[in-house]
Amino acid sequence: MSEFIYLTFDGLSRGLVYAAFALALVLIWRAARIVNFAQGAMAVSAVYVAYSVTNATGSYWLGFAAALLAGLALGVTVERVVMRFVDHSSPLNGVVVALGLVLILQGVLGIVYGNEFLPFSTPFSRDAFEVGGVAMLSRYDLFVIAAVGSVVIALTLLFTRTAIGLRMRAAAFAPDVSRLLGVSVGGMLTLGWALAAAVGSLAGILVVPTELGVHPTAMDVVFVSAFAAAVVGGLDSPIGAVVGGLIVGVLLSYVSGYIDVTVAPMAVLALLVVVLLGRPGGLFSSSKARVA
Amino acid sequence: MTTIESRPETATKAPPGAKRRRRVHPVIVIALGAVLVVALTYVLPPFRNYQLATVGAYFCVTAGLTVLTGLNGQLSLGHGALMATGAYTLALAQNRWESLPLSFALAVLVTTGVGAVIGLAAARLRGPYLAGLTLAVAIVVPSVTSTFDETFNSDQGLSVFLEPPPEQYPMEQWQAWLCWAAALVVVLLLALLVRGRFGRDLRAVRDDETAAKLAGINIARTQVLAFVVSAACAGVAGALFAYLAQSVSPGAFPLTLSLFLLMAIVIGGLGSLFGALWGALLLVVLPALSQSVGEQTGSQRLEGNLALIVFGVVLVVVMLAAPGGLASIPSRISRLIRRNR
Repeated sequence: MSEFIYLTFDGLSRGLVYAAFALALVLIWRAARIVNFAQGAMAVSAVYVAYSVTNATGSYWLGFAAALLAGLALGVTVERVVMRFVDHSSPLNGVVVALGLVLILQGVLGIVYGNEFLPFSTPFSRDAFEVGGVAMLSRYDLFVIAAVGSVVIALTLLFTRTAIGLRMRAAAFAPDVSRLLGVSVGGMLTLGWALAAAVGSLAGILVVPTELGVHPTAMDVVFVSAFAAAVVGGLDSPIGAVVGGLIVGVLLSYVSGYIDVTVAPMAVLALLVVVLLGRPGGLFSSSKARVA
Repeated sequence: MTTIESRPETATKAPPGAKRRRRVHPVIVIALGAVLVVALTYVLPPFRNYQLATVGAYFCVTAGLTVLTGLNGQLSLGHGALMATGAYTLALAQNRWESLPLSFALAVLVTTGVGAVIGLAAARLRGPYLAGLTLAVAIVVPSVTSTFDETFNSDQGLSVFLEPPPEQYPMEQWQAWLCWAAALVVVLLLALLVRGRFGRDLRAVRDDETAAKLAGINIARTQVLAFVVSAACAGVAGALFAYLAQSVSPGAFPLTLSLFLLMAIVIGGLGSLFGALWGALLLVVLPALSQSVGEQTGSQRLEGNLALIVFGVVLVVVMLAAPGGLASIPSRISRLIRRNR
């Protein structure tokens, strides 16, 4: 029983990271109808920036801030320099260009930092508190919950309570009408990419220290898990992404805990297959037809 | 040799073709290709012959993938994993029964079966969903080897038992012959297949599913068949890789392999079998070049990663500037000239 509780909490904490990453995918999907397959590589790039800054200054928090800024900058660059010019007549094109970006980013990171796992430590202890002899959450888990929670709240407020959030939603929902009403649709798109990339970087910097360390391909499995989370929630729904992330996190935690760590990726694949074939719109989809 | 291709097709818009070249029957082209390859193997030094063999192996999978992605519009990132399936099947069968033809047949059979399973799921998915699912396959399959490490021996992989080739031929020449024999047979079959009704169905489904359905085409069946055919090609390629390397390990089939394959067919021009040959050639030449650059500068990090950057840049630039790939550039230029007149 105590193992069950521990695995559940561990899964929820891990699931929040997937939720943040899935949220980044959903943000871009809603704004541009592109699944950003380069999200993982972009997040790893930001984590490498954090790694360099932290090593140079000795401060985790400077690195943390640098990663978020790098994420913003990377999002703007990718949208302004590359994605804006993709021909959207076929959904394949966006995917292929994003995969090209993955190769470029991984190549550059490999040259600059080498293809080894570099150690990256957490700012808080990862030893779980015990309540009545049952291991539950660690300080780091609490930090993850606080970080992802505040991002989710901030994004919700941004999209529902502010003028800029309204413009972003309008630009995504009806670009032509918004343009006539004076909304800078291109600017909103760039902003959407920047926000999404920053959220993705946050997920990256939260998850990488809990695994083997920084590596150009460190986010590949995380990307697949987060993609599964986004699909479980329906690619269109931010709430769905969060719930999907938690579901995937807990599922992976149980599978790793009760069966074997190496089975976890297979569990993700199985979940993805079941959801895609059974309920392709996701559990929280609002629209009946898939548009892409 | 430009004639085995059907008109250069793109995932986006087919460029209004330049003048149709007169088609030569694929059998003739393949026969010429075979003569050329055999001649080459006598001229080239052993290491070049080995590279030539690798090009042949890549040609199998890029040709199959270009039929799936270019002609049928299904994007697969799982072909690296399918190759791994073929390679591991060959290794396991070869180490048990020590008969190369039997192992090859088994490798193709098993991969085709796996491809059919993925294809059944794929036929219900579109665009990014399909890409995501096949991406998951590409990432999961290498991890299977450590889950069932008694069979697959985890990260170390398996070595492949092989009988030495007949004495009068050098090893590399023999390898090049075998790989190219397989590649040419595969490409011939594909070329014959896409010339006929099946090829028309593939294109119809890609361009407009509703119209294809109204024309009496069974969409799901066409898509699954395309996946199965393409998976069989990947199985052949995987088996050839295991044969060439005389070993298999999960490290040989990373996600980047699947991305490289995609890059190869995009650069060659989606849907063009001849473009798939260019792609296969690039897959061997570019890493070799980048390795020699790395050796000259003495930087180990440059060796593997320079190729990644070059591939990525080329992929992005081709997608933005010429979505039809290299094969479509002549017709684009001629269109540009006509417009300016």
